[in-house]
Amino acid sequence: MNGAAVVAAIRRPAETRWLPLAALWAVLLAVPLWLPLVGGYTALAGRVLVLGLAAIGFNLLLGFTGVMSFGHAAYFGLGAYGAGLTLRYLAASTPLAMLLGTLLGGVAGTLFGLLIARRRGVYFAMVTIAFGQVCYYIAYSWNDLTGGFDGLRGFRRAPIGLGPLVLDIAGDGPAFYYFLLGVFAAAVALMGLLLRSPLGHSFIAIRENERRARFLGIPVERHIWLSFSISCGFTALAGSLYALLNNFADPLGLHYSLSGEIVIMTVMGGMRTFWGPLLGAAVFVVLQDYISSMTTNWMSFIGLLFVVVVLFFPRGLLGFLPRRGAR
Amino acid sequence: MSFLEVDAVAKSFGSLVALRGVSLSVQPGELRAVIGPNGAGKTTFFNLISGFFAPSAGTIRFNGRDVTRLPAYRRVSLGMARTFQVTEVFPELSVLENVLIAVEVAAGYRLRPWLGRSARAALRGRVDEILALAGLGQKADRLVGELAHGDQRAAEIAMALALRPRLLLLDEPTAGMGDQETYEITRLIRRLHRDAKLTIVLIEHDMRVIFHLADRISVLDQGRLLAEGTPAEIAANEAVQAAYLGKAA
Ligand SMILES: Nc1ncnc2c1ncn2[C@@H]1O[C@H](COP(=O)(O)OP(=O)(O)OP(=O)(O)O)[C@@H](O)[C@H]1O
Ligand SMILES: [Mg+2]
Repeated sequence: MNGAAVVAAIRRPAETRWLPLAALWAVLLAVPLWLPLVGGYTALAGRVLVLGLAAIGFNLLLGFTGVMSFGHAAYFGLGAYGAGLTLRYLAASTPLAMLLGTLLGGVAGTLFGLLIARRRGVYFAMVTIAFGQVCYYIAYSWNDLTGGFDGLRGFRRAPIGLGPLVLDIAGDGPAFYYFLLGVFAAAVALMGLLLRSPLGHSFIAIRENERRARFLGIPVERHIWLSFSISCGFTALAGSLYALLNNFADPLGLHYSLSGEIVIMTVMGGMRTFWGPLLGAAVFVVLQDYISSMTTNWMSFIGLLFVVVVLFFPRGLLGFLPRRGAR
Repeated sequence: MSFLEVDAVAKSFGSLVALRGVSLSVQPGELRAVIGPNGAGKTTFFNLISGFFAPSAGTIRFNGRDVTRLPAYRRVSLGMARTFQVTEVFPELSVLENVLIAVEVAAGYRLRPWLGRSARAALRGRVDEILALAGLGQKADRLVGELAHGDQRAAEIAMALALRPRLLLLDEPTAGMGDQETYEITRLIRRLHRDAKLTIVLIEHDMRVIFHLADRISVLDQGRLLAEGTPAEIAANEAVQAAYLGKAA
C-alpha cells in the first residue's frame, strides 16, 4: 500500500469502518441459524469463539507488544483446570468456575512473568515453553486431582440463576452458544478499550521501538510484564470457557502443541490486526474438523496452509486491512 | 549549584576506553554544544547522562540530585529528554500517534487502562500544539517511517518536547540534512532556547550551527575533555585547532 492509500485509509470516515464490524457481529449472532445449513454444528462455532478469544489474548503480547510466547497453552490449560476443578470439587457455579479458572491462569502468568520480563527474543520464548511443559507434566502426573492423562471429568456446567430468571446453559442448545458469545463480546470490548488507552499505547510503543519507548519514560520491562499478565488472563478466561464447552479438561490443553496452534491461528489471521486471530481460529477449527473426519494427518494440511498463507499473505489473512495505530 | 553536573565520568567497553574522566557543568537555561572528532566519545557521554548505561566511574547530578544509577525512564520523569544520532521513532505509527504516546506518558498516564473524553481532548490539544511548534502540523496523519529524513528527525525532537523536558539532549540533530532542513531545525532549537528558556546540550558537527547557537562549547577528543569555553575562545584555542578544527579545514 502506498503512502496516499494509507492516509486515505486512516482518514476514512468512521461509519464505513464500523460496517464490517456490524457484519461480523450479525454473522456471529446468526450462527445457530446458518451454521447447520452449511453442515456445521453450533459447538463448532463455540470452539471458534473460545480459541479465537485465546488467540486475541495471546495477540496482545505478540501483535501489540511485539513479544513472542510459545507457552500460552499453559494459561489456557490452567484456566480449563481451574474451572473444571471448581465445578467438580467446590460448587456447581458457572460464574465461580470462570472466575477461579481465569484467576488461576492469570495469577500463574503474572507470577511467572515477573521472572522472565527481562528476557528477550528466543530466550523469552524458550522459557515460556518450559513453564508450559512443567504445568503439563504436573497435570499429567497428579492423577488424584486432575485425572492424569485421561483428563478431568465428572463435572458439568451449571445453569446460571439471575434472580428469578435461570439461564439454562447446561444443554447443548443455542443458549450456551449465546452465553459464550456474550462473554466473548465483553472480553473483546475490554481488549479493544485497553488498546485505545495510554497503557495499550505504551505496549504498541514497545513493539514499535523499545529504545524510544524507554527514553519516553516507559519502564519497558514492567510494561512487558503487565502485557504478559493481561494476555495470560484473557487466555485463561478462554481456557475456562473451553472446560465449560467440553465438560472436560485434559493435559493436552496445556501442551506446547496447543501453544503452537495458538501462534498459528494468530499469525495466519494477521497479528497486526485486532480480529485476525479470530479469523485464524475459525479457519483452523473448521479445517481441523473437516479434514480430521477424512484423515488423521490433518495437522500436515494445516501446516501446509500455514506455509502458503505466510508466503502469499505475510501479514496474515486480514493483513490487507489498514494498520491499526494507537488512537 | 549547576543544573547538570557531570563529575569525572569514565566508560570502558571491554579493553576500549571510550571516556576517561570527563567533567562538565551546565547552568540553567544554557545551550551547551559538545563537539569533537568521530569516535571522541560524545554519544557515549550522552548515553551516560541519559541512563542508557551506567558509567564505569564518576557521578552525574541533575537538578541537585544524584542520578548516576537511576534507570533511564526515571531520569525522563525528572525532566531529561533526548534524541538519538540515528533517529529513534515509531515508524509504523503516524506522526500524531508518535507524539500522542509521548504526551500521554508526560501526563503521567502510562499505566491508565482507560481515559475519559475530556482527558483525551486535552491530550489532543497538547499534541496539536507540539506538532505546530515542530512544523509537522500538515503531516500529522502520515506514517513517520514514510517521511523524509529531516521530518523524521523533527518528529523525534517533537516527541522529546512532548515530554515537557527541563533538559534536552540532542545528538547531531542536523545529521544528514540539507541546508534548508538544517536551517529549520536550527531555528527551532534557537526558539526553544531563547523563548522557552530550555536548557539544551547539543552534539553537533556543523560549525555554522554551533557558532550560531551555543553559549559555551565543550570539546571532547579521544575520551578526554580537551577544552571548554565560549565560541570565540574555542575558535582561538590552538589545541582544539590541532585536534579538530585543523582536520575539518
Ligand atoms: N555500546 C558500545 N560498545 C562498544 N563500543 C562502543 C559502544 N559505544 C561506543 N563505543 C566506542 O566508543 C568510542 C566512542 O564512541 P562514540 O559513539 O561515543 O563517539 P562519538 O564521539 O559519538 O562519534 P561520532 O561523531 O562518530 O558519533 C568509539 O570507539 C566507539 O566504537
Ligand atoms: Mg556520536
